[in-house]
Amino acid sequence: MQTQLEAGREISRVQSAVAARRAQATLFKRPRPGEDAIRVYLLLCGVLSIFTTLGIIFVLGEESLRFFTSGVTDAVEFLTSIKWQPQAGEFGILPLLESTLMTSFMAMLVAIPLGLGSAIYLAEYAPSGVRTAMKPILEVLAGIPTVVYGYFALTFMTPALRGIFGQDAVQIYNTAAAGIVMGIMILPTISSMAEDALSSVPRSLREASYGLGATRFETIVKVVLPAALSGILAAFIIGISRAVGETMIVALAAGAGSNWSFPPNFFVAAETMTGHIARISGGDLSYDSVDYNSLFAIGLMLFFITLGLNLLSQWVSKRFREVYQ
Amino acid sequence: MTQNGAYAIQLKNVDVFYGPKLAVSDVSLNIQTRRITAFIGPSGCGKSTVLRSINRMNDLIPGARVQGDVTFQGQNLYAPEVDPVEVRRRIGMVFQKPNPFPKSIYDNVAYGPRLLGVRSKAVLDEIVEKSLKGAYLWDEVRSDLKKSGLALSGGQQQRLCIARTIAVEPEVILMDEPCSALDPIATQAVEDLMKILVKQYTIVIVTHNMQQAQRVSDFTAFFSIRKQEETPGKENRWGVLGEFAETTELFSSPNSEETERYIRGEFG
Repeated sequence: MQTQLEAGREISRVQSAVAARRAQATLFKRPRPGEDAIRVYLLLCGVLSIFTTLGIIFVLGEESLRFFTSGVTDAVEFLTSIKWQPQAGEFGILPLLESTLMTSFMAMLVAIPLGLGSAIYLAEYAPSGVRTAMKPILEVLAGIPTVVYGYFALTFMTPALRGIFGQDAVQIYNTAAAGIVMGIMILPTISSMAEDALSSVPRSLREASYGLGATRFETIVKVVLPAALSGILAAFIIGISRAVGETMIVALAAGAGSNWSFPPNFFVAAETMTGHIARISGGDLSYDSVDYNSLFAIGLMLFFITLGLNLLSQWVSKRFREVYQ
Repeated sequence: MTQNGAYAIQLKNVDVFYGPKLAVSDVSLNIQTRRITAFIGPSGCGKSTVLRSINRMNDLIPGARVQGDVTFQGQNLYAPEVDPVEVRRRIGMVFQKPNPFPKSIYDNVAYGPRLLGVRSKAVLDEIVEKSLKGAYLWDEVRSDLKKSGLALSGGQQQRLCIARTIAVEPEVILMDEPCSALDPIATQAVEDLMKILVKQYTIVIVTHNMQQAQRVSDFTAFFSIRKQEETPGKENRWGVLGEFAETTELFSSPNSEETERYIRGEFG
C-alpha cells in the first residue's frame, strides 16, 4: 500500500518534470558550450598538423635557398655532378641518390614478390585458422625497431652474402645487405595492404569464375588480381616511399661516405641520402655553414621524391580502379 | 520417361552439411534433359544449397559436405576421381546478382573459352557473337563490345552472364534466382530467353517467385523446412524435398497441405 503510494508520487513527479520541461521548451537556439569546445579543439588539431607541414616545407626551402645562393655550388651542379665531397666543396647529389635508389630497388626486389605472395596466400589459400595465426606474426615484423634491423643486416645478412659471393667481392658495408633487410622490414606493410585489396574483391566475382570452370589459380590471376590492381600498386608505392625514407638500416649497414659506382655495384659501401643526413647531423656542424645547408637541400630532394610517390600512388589508385559491384 | 537417358541429373538421398549442421536432408529427384526444373520453397529450405551441390559450387564453402549420390550422365559427381573444375565446365551457373567481371563485354564472354585454351581471334570472335546472340544481347551491344560489362543495365548484365555461361557450351545451366535483382521488363527478357535456351540445355532454376515457376518451368520441386527442438530454446532446422511433380500438376493439385499453403502464399 505504502509502496504503491510512493510509486504513484514518483510517477506524478516525473510527469510534472516533463511538463515543466515542455513549458520551458521553445524552438529557439540554446547555447551548447560543450559542442562548441569540441569543435574548436578538433579544428585546432587539424590546423596544427597543417602548420607543422607548412613549417617544415618553409624551413627546408629557406635553408636550401641559402645553400644554392651560397656561391659554392648551384642547382645544376647539385643535380648533375657525380661527386659529393663537402670538404672539397663538391656537392653533387647523384651518388647519394644512386645509393638511395639502389637500396630501395633491392628492398622492393625482396618485398614485392614476398609481400604479394604472402598476401595472395593469406587472402586466397590460407584456412581461416592459419590466417588468424599468421597475420599477427607477420605484423610483428613491422614492430621491430629499425635499429635492430640495421644490426641484423650488419651481423647476419652481410656475413651471409660474403659466405655466398666471397669475402673479396662483398665489402663489410654494402647496399645489398641493407636493401634486403629493408625489404624484410617493408614486407608486412605491402603484405597487409595487398591482402586488404585482394579480400575486398567481391566473392561473387570469384564464384563467376569458378562457375565457368576456372581453377583457383586461374581465378586469382585473371579475376582477383586485376580487380585488386589499384590497391596492390598503391601498396607497392607506399613500400617504395618507406624504403626511400628509411634511415637507420642504411646508416648502420650501407656504409659511410658517398660512392658513385657505374654500373651500380651492390656489394660496395655507399651512403644514401638519409644515411648521409643522419651521419653528418650527428657530428658538430657549424650552423649556417654550406655543409649544414646542404643537408636541407638533400632533405628537400627526399621530400620531393616521397611527395611524387604519394601523388603517383593516388593517380594509380584512380587510374586502375576497376569499379565492381 | 523413367529410363535413365532422359535424365540429365539424378539426386539420390542427398544430404548437405555446413560443418556439423545439417542443411538439407535426403533429397532424391531426377532432372530431365532439356526441360526447365524449378526449385521453389520458403527462405532457408535449402533450394539454393541443393542447386549448388549439382555443380560442386558448395566445395568453395569451408566445411560444406555432401553425402549421397549426384549423378550426371551416369557419373557420380562426388566420386573421389571427379575434378570439380571439369564438372563446372559442363554444368554452368548463373547467379542471383548479375556478376560480370570488371572487363569488357567481349572479354567477359571470351573468359570461359580462353580458359579452355581458345586463342585464335577469329574463333573467339565467332564464339562471342554466337553466345551474345544466344543470350539475345547481340543487337544491343554489337557496336561496343569493348565497353565494360558493368556499364550495362541490370537486365543486360544478367543476359551477359548467361552469354558468358553458354560460351563454354555446358550441358546444364543452373540459375540461382536469376531475376530477383531485375525489374519486370528485364525479368520478362530473361524468362523468354530461358524458354529458347531449353531447346539446347537442361535448365534448373531456383526462384522465390511462384508465378515465375509456373510461367517457365516444366517440373517443380517444392522444398520445405523441418524443425526439431534439440534442447529447449535451441531449434534445428533443415530443408527437405516436399513434393516434386510436373509444374501444372503441382500447382493445380498439390499432394500435401503444406505445398498447397505455400503456393497459395500463406507462408514464405
